[in-house]
This record gives sequence, C-alpha cells and structure tokens, in this order.
Amino acid sequence: MNSQLLQIAARFLSWPLVIVSLWLLYRGHNLPGGGFIGGLLAASAFMLFDLSGADRSKAGVFSVSPFVLMPLGLGLAVLSALPGLFGAGFMTGAWLPGFELPLLGKVHLGTPLVFDVGVYFTVIGFILLLADTLNEKES
Amino acid sequence: MNDLLVISPILVPLITVIACLLPGLSRRASDTVSLFSAFVLVAACVGLLVQVASHGTLTLRAGSWAPPFGIVLVADTLSVLMLAISSIVALAVLIYGVRGGEEDSSPGHLHVLIHGLMLGVNGSFLTGDLFNLYVWFEVMLISSFILMVREGKRSQLPGGLSYVLLNLLASALFLSGAGLIYGKLGTLNLADMASKLGALEDPDLVNTSGALIFVAFAAKAALFPFHFWLPASYHRAAPAISALFAGLLTKVGVYALLRLFTLVFTPDNGFSSTLILYFSMATMVIGVLGAVAQYHIRRLLAFHIISQIGYMTAGLALGGELALAAVIFYVIHHIAVKSTLFLVGGVLEARTGTADIRQHGGFYKSSPLLALCFLIPAFSLGGIPPLSGFWAKLNLLQAGVETEHWLFIGTALVVGILTLFSMIKIWNESFWKAPPEGMEADRPLSGRPYPAMLLLCVLTLVFSLGGAFVFKLAKQAATELCDPSGYLNAVLKGGAL
Repeated sequence: MNSQLLQIAARFLSWPLVIVSLWLLYRGHNLPGGGFIGGLLAASAFMLFDLSGADRSKAGVFSVSPFVLMPLGLGLAVLSALPGLFGAGFMTGAWLPGFELPLLGKVHLGTPLVFDVGVYFTVIGFILLLADTLNEKES
Repeated sequence: MNDLLVISPILVPLITVIACLLPGLSRRASDTVSLFSAFVLVAACVGLLVQVASHGTLTLRAGSWAPPFGIVLVADTLSVLMLAISSIVALAVLIYGVRGGEEDSSPGHLHVLIHGLMLGVNGSFLTGDLFNLYVWFEVMLISSFILMVREGKRSQLPGGLSYVLLNLLASALFLSGAGLIYGKLGTLNLADMASKLGALEDPDLVNTSGALIFVAFAAKAALFPFHFWLPASYHRAAPAISALFAGLLTKVGVYALLRLFTLVFTPDNGFSSTLILYFSMATMVIGVLGAVAQYHIRRLLAFHIISQIGYMTAGLALGGELALAAVIFYVIHHIAVKSTLFLVGGVLEARTGTADIRQHGGFYKSSPLLALCFLIPAFSLGGIPPLSGFWAKLNLLQAGVETEHWLFIGTALVVGILTLFSMIKIWNESFWKAPPEGMEADRPLSGRPYPAMLLLCVLTLVFSLGGAFVFKLAKQAATELCDPSGYLNAVLKGGAL
C-alpha cells in the first residue's frame, strides 16, 4: 500500500504515540502500563510508517535498527539487576531519593524503571524485527 | 560473593547473547567473544561445584522475595554437577567450531542461539520454581528450534517440524499438569509444593498432575513412545550443533524428571512409579534395535541416545540412593561420551562427504588419533571396564539386584550387548575395513575438531579412572535427593548459607 494521506498522518501521529507510550512506561510501576505495553504502543508508531508505504529508513529516530534496540534493551535489563548484587541481593531494587517535579508529582527513580526501559526497547526491537521480516518482499 | 557465583551460570550466557546481538560484529569477533564466554562459564560452574560440594546447597532469592512468593535459584549437588558437565560440553562444541550457512550476513547470531540455549539449560538446572522451569525450558527449546533448521536445507524441515510440534504439545501438557497442582496447592515453589503435598495425602491429584508432567518431560527426553522426533531430526543439524543437542537437550529432560519425581511426585506422596519402569525398559529395547538397523552414523548414534535415556529413567523408577547415584553418574558420563561420538561422526562425515558408514573405511590406519577419539567413548558407551560406562551400568545393575527387578536386569544386559554390537559395527565399517573404492578421505576440515574431541575424551577418562571420586559426588547428590529435608530447609528457611 502506498497512501499519501496515511504517510502524512504517520508523520503527525507517530510522535504523540511515542509520548503516550513513554507516559505508559513511566506509570507502569504502580498502575496499569509498564515497559511491555509502552513498547507495544511505541512499536505501533514505528509500524505506521511501514503500513503507509513510507520509507522508514528516512524517518529520523524511527529508522533505528531492531538489532540496536534489542541488545540495548536486554543490556539495560541486565544492568538494572546488578546494583542489588552488591547490596540487598540480586534484582533487589535500588532507589534514588525521591523529589518533586511539576506534572509528574513525587518522583521515585530506581532500578525497576531501568528494567522497564530495557523491556520497552526490547519489545520495540522484537516487534520491528517481526514486522520487517513479514514485510520483506519475496525475492 | 556466593550470590554472584549462583547467578553467574545465567548471567554469563545472557551477557554473551547481548554482546553477539550487536550489529556489525564480524565473524572473528563473535567467535572470540563466544569462546571466551564459554571458558568463563566453565570456570564459574566449576567454581560453583567446588563451593557447593564443600559447603552445601546455595540459594539465591531473586529480588530478595522470600519463598514461596519469589523465585528461588537453588544450587545443590545435582544442579552444579549438571551445570559443570554441560558447560564443558558447550566449550568443546565451541572449540570444535560452529559455522552458519555460506553467506551468513550476521555471523554473531549463531552464537546468540548457542548461548541462548545454554541460558535455558543453566536456568533449568538452577531454578527451584515449577513455572520458572517451564520458562527456562522454553528459552532452551526456542533456541534449539532455530539451531536445528538454521542452515535452511530442505532436508532439515520435516525433522524440525516434528520436533517443534511434539515439544509444543509436551509444553501444553506440562502447563496442564502444573495448572492442576497449582490450583490445589496455590504455590509453584518446588520446596513449598513438596512440604504441602506431604500433609495433603491426595494421591489422585499427585498421580494426575504427575502423569501429565511425566509425559511432558518424557517427550522432551525422548522416552518411548514419544521418541520418534529425535532420530528424525538430530542428524539433520550441523555436526557441532547436533553434538550439543545430543549431550544436553534430552538430559535436561532427565534432570527435570529426577528433580520433580524425587521431590514433588514421590511414592511417599502417593505417586506410583511402576509404569515409568516399563516405559523405560521399552525405551531401552526400541532405541537399541533402531540403532542396530542404521547405517547413517549420526542417526545410529541418535537411536542410542534413546536407548540410554531408558537406563536413566529406569534407575529413577527403581528409586533408592544407589539407583539415583547410578543415574546421576550415568547422566554425566553419557553427556560427555555422546557429545564426543557426535563430534567424531561429524569429522567422518566432513572428511568423506558421506554419512553412510558402508562407504567409509580405513580410518584406523589413516588417522589413529581419530580412531582413539572414537574408541574411548564407544567402549565407554558399550560398558567395557574400566571406562565410565561400565561403572554407570554396574551400579545401576546393583541397584536392580537390591530391589530384585530381574526383568530390568535381563533387559539391561541384553541391551548392553546390542549397544556394544552397534559400536563395533561403526568400528568395523568406518575404521577397520579397507577403504572402499572411490572413497575420498581428505576433504578439508573446518574449525578445531581434535582439541575438542580430546578435551571430551580426557573428561571421559577422568570419569573412568577417577570414577570413585565422581561417584562420591553423585552419591552426595543422590543422598540429597532421597532426603529432601536439606533442600526444603535451604530453600524455605535460607539455611546452609
């Protein structure tokens, strides 16, 4: 499919989708959401380009390769587990002191968020790899 | 420090997977990273073995969640023995050298799959949680699905397909069994399940879910009548890969059976193991009969895996400390021996260009070292003293005498003779007889086959000549299996730290 309408829409829709996905990622620690759901939503922003027939390799941030995203995500997930190894125990959360931010309210940053970000990237990478493989033209 | 040691068999392959996933990694770089990581894994696993053998069971609570709420990794003697031997086999396979297809655009991905497989294998050995065991099994199987058909040859697909289908079916059965018992007990922690089942006295529940889970792992361990996928698929994979599969995949199934059917589904809890014994004997006979009829070298060896798995599960069914110690010794001996034989088979195939042993010949004269690398594991498998297979079989038979299972003893002896017969068949055809006309035996070999085969042969010799020491470890593991109170204590109370 090659739709001009969808290609222009993809340009405008993709960023809001990514922002909503980041919000889902952040709230996921205590509320519905998290890295997996956020990753799926972000991947759908990537796939809008594919569906409209636009060339994703020319779409700035959205041209990133799944083989960058997957090791990055897995690496972050492993890193998040390590601080606990030298403290309270493997995979135990380590937290920064909480602080206040406008819009977000009380902010607690710690290794669970790093893990979730890892999941986020891994999911995007995995979905993109699936989509790319299915999208391949038969040679 | 102990925490790091317990988690390292999982962390090392995981980090290697990430490193090999990186884009733009050259073949050389990925080979080096992968081989280096295999050395680190062996060091970590042997370190863990030393620590556990001298200081007792180690546990690690992921995220510091107390059982039964969190997942506990348990390194007892059985686990660390299995970890150590499988890491050595993985090292040997990587020394032998693995190659993807000719124009492999991302050479690192083969190593991603191999270390992904090791990640699943090691996780299965360490976990103390029923559902987590399922997850690690899937990690292992998904890697193996792709490895099996990675060369993309048409001939790989039918075997690969039946392998995938049967394993998916088995996984579904496993989940049904796990769901049943979880519904009743409300826990998935193996130690917690064991202590709750002891008080429950509900043989129907134990037998139903136990039978479902037994069938699931029997399929993965290639027990009769769920064995047909193995000889259809193993010999189609690349030689080094098939050596890894032959050594590890079915044995993880045997390990899971050993763990679950001595801890959770025990006769004390009302599980009846008589059927397991009969299935095992049928497996022994059918596997070896299949092997006798084969002329494809790795296919012949694949049938032998089935037959030997029968010995192991038969020992599990016999029960008792001696039988379990014999089974554990059998498993680790068999991992080393069978991987070596597959590697030798791979070399023979690579040099002659054919897997049909009738078209081989004269290798005893032309390459005595290869002949030696075949003789040691083959005689060990056939049970010739003083090689490791003899000690394994002897102890198993002794356990059979103690429990007076004469039918098992008769079967084991006959199957032993047939095993030796088919090893001699390979020897006669490939090594002893004069080379047939038109045989080419000088095709180039890739990788480093000889160091790999010699490493595993030395390991077999260690099991043979140092059999008493290794058997002592196996006995220690069996004692822990027979009296699970130490395991329960270590997991539930975090004792023995």
